[in-house]
Amino acid sequence: MAFLEVKDLKVHFPIKGGIFGRTVDYVKAVDGVSFEIEKGKTYGLVGESGSGKTTTGRAIIGLNHITAGKIVFEGKDITDPRKTKQDFRKNVQMIFQDPYSSLNAKKRVLDIVAEPLRNFEKMSKAEERKRVQELLELVGLSPESIVKYPHQFSGGQRQRIGIARAIALKPQLIIADEPVSALDVSVQAQVLNFMREIQKELGLTYLFISHDLGVIRHMCDQIGIMYRGRFVEEGTTEDIFQSPQHIYTKRLVAAIPDIDPTKREVHMQFRQKVKEEYEQSYHDYFDNQGLAYSLQPVSSTHYVALPEKG
Amino acid sequence: MKQELLQLKNLRTSFRIGDEYYAAVDDVSLTVNKNEVLAVVGESGCGKSALAFSVMGLHTRAKIEGNILFKDHDLAHASPGTMNRLRGKDLGMIFQDPLTALNPLMIIGDQIGEVIYLHNKTLSQANRKKKVLELLDKVGIPRPEHTYNQYPHELSGGMRQRVVIAIAIANDPELLIADEPTTALDATIQSQILDLITRLKKDMHAGIILITHDLGVVAEMADRVAVMYAGEIVEIADVMTLFGRPLHPYTRSLLNSVPNAEKDQDELHVIQGIVPSLKNLPREGCRFKDRIPWLDESAHEENPQMHEVTPGHFVRCTCYKHFHFPKERKEEKHHGIS
Amino acid sequence: MNGMWKFTVRRILIMIPQVVLLSILVFIMAKMMPGDALSGLMDPNLDPATLEELREKLGLNDPWYTQYIHWIGDLFHGDMGESFRYKMPVSELIGQRMVNTFWLSLVTLILIYLISVPLGIISGRYNDSLLDQAITGYTYIGFATPLFIFALVLLWIFGFQFGWFPTGGSVTPGSTPGTLDYISSKLYHLLLPAISMALIGTVGTVQYLRNEIIDTKQKDFILTARAKGASESRVYNRHVLRNSLLPIAAFFGYEITGLISGTVFVESIYTYPGMGQLFLESITTRDYSVATALTLLFGIAAILGTLISDIILSLVDPRIRIK
Repeated sequence: MAFLEVKDLKVHFPIKGGIFGRTVDYVKAVDGVSFEIEKGKTYGLVGESGSGKTTTGRAIIGLNHITAGKIVFEGKDITDPRKTKQDFRKNVQMIFQDPYSSLNAKKRVLDIVAEPLRNFEKMSKAEERKRVQELLELVGLSPESIVKYPHQFSGGQRQRIGIARAIALKPQLIIADEPVSALDVSVQAQVLNFMREIQKELGLTYLFISHDLGVIRHMCDQIGIMYRGRFVEEGTTEDIFQSPQHIYTKRLVAAIPDIDPTKREVHMQFRQKVKEEYEQSYHDYFDNQGLAYSLQPVSSTHYVALPEKG
Repeated sequence: MKQELLQLKNLRTSFRIGDEYYAAVDDVSLTVNKNEVLAVVGESGCGKSALAFSVMGLHTRAKIEGNILFKDHDLAHASPGTMNRLRGKDLGMIFQDPLTALNPLMIIGDQIGEVIYLHNKTLSQANRKKKVLELLDKVGIPRPEHTYNQYPHELSGGMRQRVVIAIAIANDPELLIADEPTTALDATIQSQILDLITRLKKDMHAGIILITHDLGVVAEMADRVAVMYAGEIVEIADVMTLFGRPLHPYTRSLLNSVPNAEKDQDELHVIQGIVPSLKNLPREGCRFKDRIPWLDESAHEENPQMHEVTPGHFVRCTCYKHFHFPKERKEEKHHGIS
Repeated sequence: MNGMWKFTVRRILIMIPQVVLLSILVFIMAKMMPGDALSGLMDPNLDPATLEELREKLGLNDPWYTQYIHWIGDLFHGDMGESFRYKMPVSELIGQRMVNTFWLSLVTLILIYLISVPLGIISGRYNDSLLDQAITGYTYIGFATPLFIFALVLLWIFGFQFGWFPTGGSVTPGSTPGTLDYISSKLYHLLLPAISMALIGTVGTVQYLRNEIIDTKQKDFILTARAKGASESRVYNRHVLRNSLLPIAAFFGYEITGLISGTVFVESIYTYPGMGQLFLESITTRDYSVATALTLLFGIAAILGTLISDIILSLVDPRIRIK
């Protein structure tokens, strides 16, 4: 049994139009997405803006209304956030993209980190303070930080505060939505390393959402590539990077800048070739609405969105 | 054959905080040649954008010292009139965020037409439009006639960045400054824009200053690279040398902190400490010293200079000779939870 | 342009329930006021039984909705009842006054823009300069000063002490309508009330424009304009001002709402025979039919004001127009 199971998830947002503002159509932000995450692993959700990757993450944690589909966490159906038990909300936490705006600037670090504790656990002031200090120490900030405000920290430190808040309730699953996109490379390295460390230490499972394939490759065991609300390909990190099958995945992989300047020409030609292939074979990979087909297995771990044969 | 196009001599750009000025670009000297892409790379706060804005004269409240020699002008001390004649004509700039770089209330055609009009007021309206349509085509906009009358919000981010590029190259500038031109874009769009700039470079013969934090972009685009840290250039070399034989501890640390497919890193290198803020920049000695504390004090120069290691490869301070990554990562002790 | 029409039609349709709701509210309030249409009109010595008969005949004992429908029906025929004080149809009375208020409001509006646009531009462009501080200082004073006190002070100084302006009425008695004398006399009479209203009413727009300009100045596309080689004056005229003035244009409709409350005070202080003065007077003299009609008209004017604002905004801002 999978730790987290997402079955045919759909999140549609209505488009209002006409004179009376009726719903005339839907934006199918997420349109039939299924995947499973195993305990202790990191699942990467990749896609460009508008692909629905963030909406998927938010829907799992209950921040977006789910149109259809099912989410099963440790065997329990948690699709309807109103019916889910508190312990689910304790067990699943989120890390947001922008450490500059996701922390309330008017609150002290103590109050920020203690917020989930206050919501879910009854603690005395002293216990709470002690716990927050432990958490800060765990994310590598000095315990004295509790009386400071977010603006007194650097971007990386702020993201650590965000992480401290996310792990305060000892969650089992963390949904990390572009956790390092707003950070400089050296700070990014710090946060990524740290996320891996606490994963080992606390046995965490991650749903790691990012547009940066380099970061995804570094962090993830399994990857799902999204395009316009659907999966185009899913597989292990090796499947995706060593033998991408879908033309969109190939294009994404080819677009990663190569850090070796000697391969520049080769890489550019390769990119050009993939672009041509993309243009030529577009209709083999997308239906007449430009959407991906449903996933077909090409190996036991590797799935590609292809038209059904026969 | 190298032809110097732009020369910065001891450029110092300072901003006022409270009652004092603090240099964000601190004594920077470099040259940009014709037909060359010079990448200026560093993390936020290193002064790379301040440098670009100084060349363009876009700082409104900064103190600029030193010289910015371009053609027969010193841009550091040029009059507003001179700057206006050069900007948009000989100096073009591509901005970071295409979503905000265009006037929301003006159609695309007028925004590109404006830069043509400003430097050629006698061109007829019909010819101007013709030129705008050619430019839109040149930057890869599929339906120029249609896009001409569109407003920015009707275009995608990638298309808007193409428009921004069209504005920058409209008058065939001799120097093009691209300030993080792809940072705000999706990966596939990013590679398209980079390929576009590369293609344009070939038929423009311009010098390009590429400001970026992305080492991958540098490796793909640059001919020469200047690495900035804390307002100073710490290393400058041609791109093959810089990636093949990086010397300065900062360059080496930076390269090691990016996830790299070739090396199977279990852990990424982390540079200790944090980038100091403008007000707290170390102004004496090696500015990177605090972030490599395991090196002996004697490894650093008292007054770090640029050393030419091989022709064209300059490194600041002597600490590069002694630098090594810390052998064993210090085991951080975690306790408290679980 | 199709989208534009859709938007306008939709916006006007939204207005209908607003107006209906307003009319119901006004009607109910009118009913809740002590007395009714008859109490003021009749001879107090009339026998209560006869009065009751009259009430029955006039439909005053019907349920409220029946009365409401009657009232609305009459309104559509231009019948707003009779003013017991002026002994004339309310529609006629308001008609006379409306012309005066219209001219007063128009001149005030012109003055408001004549003052706010240059002040806002100077203040925004040269923000934190001495001039800006002076202008901002003026706006603070304007915000803090109640209009009725300011109008009284102006009246006392320029009307009574210096005698530069007339102290009441809307025209010199005896002048013939249509002559140049008549028109200039009208203008002369409304100038001081208009100035006092404009000087106070403009401060919001000055500040709004100032903030818009300061905000627009820092936008990235201004950098793009500078990088094109545009001169400072061109940057301001083509990019900063255009983008900052549009929201001001959209503000126009809301300005009307502000004027309504302004005229109530100013007209009363200057005994200027307009709707505002009539309104205050009708309340103090319990001329219910007049007060009711005016409340309804003011309400409709305010709703129209926001309508105009929304339409202007959609006209000038392509981002709204397209959707």
